[in-house]
Amino acid sequence: MTADLKQSMPDSKLPKINWAKVEEAENFAKNVKLYRQGKIDKDTFRRFRLQHGAYGTRMTDDYAMVRIKVPAGEIYPNQLEKIAQLSETFSIGSAHISTRQNIQLHWIVLEDVSEIMRSLAEVGLTTREACGNTVRNVMCSPLAGVCNDEVFDPTPYAFATAKFLLRNPLNQNLPRKFKFNFTCCEKHGMARIVDVGLIPQSRNLEGKTQRGFKIFLGGGLGNKSFVGHQLEEFTPEEDLLYTSIAVLRIFDRMGNRKNMARNRMRYLVDEMGWDKFQNLILKERSIVRATQSVIVKLDVDSAPNEIKRPIAISDSDGKSIPDGYSRWYKTTTYKQKQDGYRSVFITLEAGDATANQLYALANIARQFSAEGFARNGFSQEIVFRWVSEDDLPRMYAKLLEVGLANPGSLTMASPVGCSGTTSCNLALTNSHRLAKEIQRKFLELKLDEDDDLHDSTIKISGCPNSCGQHEISTIGFYGGGARVGKDMYPNYQMSFGGRADGDSMLGVNCMRVPVKRVIPVILKIIEIFKKNKKSDDTFASWINRIVNGKENSEIKTVNDFKKILSPLVMPPTKEEDKDFFTDYGDDTSYHTMTGKGECAA
Amino acid sequence: MSQEKPMRPTIDADSLRSEIRDKSVRVIDVRKEEEYKKNHIPTSANLPLAALLSDDSPERVKKLVQSLGVDDETEVVVYDDTFGALASRVAWTLQYLGHSKVSLLDVTYGKWNSLGLETDTKVPSFETKTLSVNLHPEIMATADYLEKAKEKENVILLDNRERLNFLEQHIPGAINIPYRTLGTQEKILKPKTEMKRILENRGISSNAEIITYCGSVGTLSGLAYYALKSVNLPNVKLYVQSFKEWKSLNKPIDKQEHANYWDLSAE
Repeated sequence: MTADLKQSMPDSKLPKINWAKVEEAENFAKNVKLYRQGKIDKDTFRRFRLQHGAYGTRMTDDYAMVRIKVPAGEIYPNQLEKIAQLSETFSIGSAHISTRQNIQLHWIVLEDVSEIMRSLAEVGLTTREACGNTVRNVMCSPLAGVCNDEVFDPTPYAFATAKFLLRNPLNQNLPRKFKFNFTCCEKHGMARIVDVGLIPQSRNLEGKTQRGFKIFLGGGLGNKSFVGHQLEEFTPEEDLLYTSIAVLRIFDRMGNRKNMARNRMRYLVDEMGWDKFQNLILKERSIVRATQSVIVKLDVDSAPNEIKRPIAISDSDGKSIPDGYSRWYKTTTYKQKQDGYRSVFITLEAGDATANQLYALANIARQFSAEGFARNGFSQEIVFRWVSEDDLPRMYAKLLEVGLANPGSLTMASPVGCSGTTSCNLALTNSHRLAKEIQRKFLELKLDEDDDLHDSTIKISGCPNSCGQHEISTIGFYGGGARVGKDMYPNYQMSFGGRADGDSMLGVNCMRVPVKRVIPVILKIIEIFKKNKKSDDTFASWINRIVNGKENSEIKTVNDFKKILSPLVMPPTKEEDKDFFTDYGDDTSYHTMTGKGECAA
Repeated sequence: MSQEKPMRPTIDADSLRSEIRDKSVRVIDVRKEEEYKKNHIPTSANLPLAALLSDDSPERVKKLVQSLGVDDETEVVVYDDTFGALASRVAWTLQYLGHSKVSLLDVTYGKWNSLGLETDTKVPSFETKTLSVNLHPEIMATADYLEKAKEKENVILLDNRERLNFLEQHIPGAINIPYRTLGTQEKILKPKTEMKRILENRGISSNAEIITYCGSVGTLSGLAYYALKSVNLPNVKLYVQSFKEWKSLNKPIDKQEHANYWDLSAE
């Protein structure tokens, strides 16, 4: 079998940028030894470990989570294969795609982390500054370059920013983590919910088109979330680097270094007030512009990627189109601005992919993407762009073979779930499994095909921190515990109406829903929507009216849901329903348990 | 522990081909009989792992191996088509019997095939030889032995099952090196420098006594036995009845608590 594959597989495109430094692997191994020998104290080692992309694991010091940065989300076939191999060798046989375009390997023995770094360096990948108080992975919309609404492709700017900042002394010891997000357009991005969010725009200046960005500062999700503010009408591309440096310098100097719960830049903006903060940034930028050496520049490589449709492999040609194709086509593909091409979003259950699936994804990139690589998206998925319309049936057949042809990636049927109690120290609930359960139920009921639900989202976090991004979700959930007498059960706070587009807003809290009632509650809400919707409503537009006080049916505010839903969420006694008191993935009675978080270390 | 002769844990494909040409080797294919009959490395004998395991008492193994024409002087090379674990278990059994001239082919049969090397369908016949039995208890661990030994300072208990299985349950005090860590996509064992570095990172010193175990019959941990031998660790034992026996004896078991790691797996 492997022999035929070899003959027919098109050549692999290799990564353009090498992010790795193999010396860091050696240094990491040395530091682990010193730590185990007691020659480095725990706090110092933790900072070092996080700086190098190894995060702590739930209730143990023996294991780490290794976060592999994928700058701008661009990932090549050989990189996917390397990660597949590493997941089998050192992890649990699958890898996890995060919401920030990282790929994570969990339950790694701390002493093996350096081996992973060494292997990643062979394919140009790094874990450096993936955790800790640094600039984290620089993100870029998975549709950048193919989006119908974008002014220009921001990808080269995302790469240039990532290159400039990686290992830069400027960002090695910030008050707290710091996030950049480049997006293609208002619709597809998350520009307003990160520290620095950027959307391409252009203007006409003396008859010439000038490129620039809308830059949003001080947004972010977490225990307390904020929507970012736009710095100025138009930031010309020459000012992109100066602005970034100015923002980092102000945050470095003025960010809260004492109170861990208030040290993200959004709190600085909030406490100071936007006007004052904006002023400071603009002043700082003039200083940066005046004092930086002229050779300090962003290295923007705007040379277009080679687009070459892979030569079809004969083996599956001529076969009939497999069942389920039109459902898959409708709910997972996006028509690009380039004629004849689509982008395909591959949904993975809460972002998990087995080693075999990763190997398969690498081959699919080679066989079907005319750009020869993949991207990871913002919702724990893998995206193949530049797939010729004519190749889609064959691609679907291939995906079916490896169990990756689930429909619904671009609909409400693909919930996001953070890792929750599967590995995270802070988690209160198994949000990860809940996301999978909802997805399975939605697909079983074919809700992915429901046109009313296509532009809605469900996102789930296992605690009030927002790794699952519940606050920008049409229906959002975050986990906690509740009690009946002395018996605890897992319970989710439910919110409505969150979104991250041009009309960004954070979800409005509604009520608490016990975990084993989450699915019935969602289905009930959809039923209420169907009863009350106007003819051209989608679920998202209906919810949008409710949270903005503009709906006049039986549900006028989110509080009106409570009346209808409260019978569904009434806790039984333990004798009546033992299952109610357990979380998904666990037969034993539920109790909350958390360790120390390291987001703020 | 002393090993009377330096051991050759693995042999590469080219060396094996020349030994086959010189007729100085007995190659043993441990795959199922029907697979063996379709095709195999020329001159090789078939000894399916299941046939060996059905009764691996020294007397029976001695007879089996003698019937394949193996005596005390015969160089034996064992191969499988998984990733070396099945071959390891057979090779280890021969070593336990006292036959020191046994090696693993360093690639799988699948790899041998994809390299385009010669294969044969002919089933050779062998003249029965006489093999002396001189058991090597120093390379085997029993549950009783393990239970006492693992409390000692310089003894390392190595679990070679997959990570999720290890997290779910393991012998108290064990450390986990999953069997996939031992090899590469090309070879059944990692290059020595890499294997050494991994062990060194884990703080496994070359003078430690190491006891390997896996799920049930000592295959994955058999491969670990050879991985450790390949970097010249002198004192390695295989707990051949492994975790299945340990559990059936109701011995203590440890588990990684308070985490739903199974739900992170995409299987």
